Amino acid sequence: MVVFCSTGCGSTAVLKRPKTDDALCKNCFFWAFETEVHHTITSTKMFQPGQLVAIGASGGKDSTVLAYVLKHLNEKYNYGLKLVLLSIDEGITGYRDDSLESVKRNQEEYNIPLTVLSYKDLYGWTMDDIVKQVGRKNNCTFCGVFRRQALDRGAMLLKCDIIATGHNADDVAETILMNLLRGDIARLQRCTFHITGSDGSLPRVKPFKYAYEKEIVLYAYFKKLDYFATECVYAPDAYRGHARALVKDLEALRSTSIIDIIHAGEQLAIKDGVKLPKQGLCSSCGYVSSNIICKACVLLEGLNRGRPKLAIGKSNKALAELLAERLQNAASIKTTIQDQF
Amino acid sequence: MNSELEITLNFSGGAELLFGKIKLHTVKLPSQETWCMKKLLVWIKENLLKERPELFLQGGTVRPGILVLVNNADWELVGQLDYNLQNKDEIVFISTLHGG
Repeated sequence: MVVFCSTGCGSTAVLKRPKTDDALCKNCFFWAFETEVHHTITSTKMFQPGQLVAIGASGGKDSTVLAYVLKHLNEKYNYGLKLVLLSIDEGITGYRDDSLESVKRNQEEYNIPLTVLSYKDLYGWTMDDIVKQVGRKNNCTFCGVFRRQALDRGAMLLKCDIIATGHNADDVAETILMNLLRGDIARLQRCTFHITGSDGSLPRVKPFKYAYEKEIVLYAYFKKLDYFATECVYAPDAYRGHARALVKDLEALRSTSIIDIIHAGEQLAIKDGVKLPKQGLCSSCGYVSSNIICKACVLLEGLNRGRPKLAIGKSNKALAELLAERLQNAASIKTTIQDQF
Repeated sequence: MNSELEITLNFSGGAELLFGKIKLHTVKLPSQETWCMKKLLVWIKENLLKERPELFLQGGTVRPGILVLVNNADWELVGQLDYNLQNKDEIVFISTLHGG
């Protein structure tokens, strides 16, 4: 039983596009996929010519395809970008060490320079150490917060102008649902922005935000792109798993669900008068934060003091004590300096 | 008429972990009956799956997030569960349920 390509080009179709239900042959699929990403980039004015772009590279399917496609489109359409691969080693044995091998292969195959930064060097803690202290629940909070900062620090070190990550449509849909389920209005608003980030941190973009995970995987499969594919050993307990299962089940029922959720998320507007946290800078490290001390610093403080639950969960008493202590210290240092001069 | 039903199964994207870490399996099925994909999945569960069936199958079909290719084409093009296997068919199962 042979199905022909919907474009009428005469070739045999190899996949059914979830977004449109079109049956496409290999070449028409490559063209459609690449052209849509190109459209996402141009219509959102994602990049400026001359920019140095850090591609967050994990060696996984999304970042491998992102590196390949971004390089291809940059050359084909003359975006005028310089690309570098930036990889973060969280120190998860059996997961990250294997995937870093995959990134190194990307570096060689696509000829894009690679820099690797580790949690151990940046924070003095590997994820394995953290999980030993924190346990299997909530450790993703540490990893996510630390990785975000690590990517920023790495990109700034390399003097990059912007960070591109491989987050796909499925990821964005999951995030929208998660923020909805948690009532996190500020994040719900920010997570669909085309360019995220503000003063104190580098702008971030997701060229794949409208690309379905299924298509990214099949693009890699048909192009024979090599990537590392294993679930993080700590992931099964993550909250996002629930949102992911829901998104996947919805996609199976009605494949446009994913792009529809994103559309709904983008159209959501916040009522006048709703109070949103203001974004300032962390008084400890200078990173962007909506609190006096950023989450990463608080988490790190907790780990170093042997009180890893400090910023986790609803109880803020310990956190309030810490902040009060820090403010007192800062105030007394200020007074000392003022006295001296 | 006794026709053969030899099928190649390929598991990747992490799915191979459920099958003893072996990606490629060649199987010979009793060919007197018609084998649709639905029947094959049951057979795989009973004969090849080493652990955690809920990570591979859900509600009579593959778990959402696992892509299926029949002779290098999306199984959605050939009727998914209703597709009848033919001799020398190659079925690929790609799991997408992992970090990117």
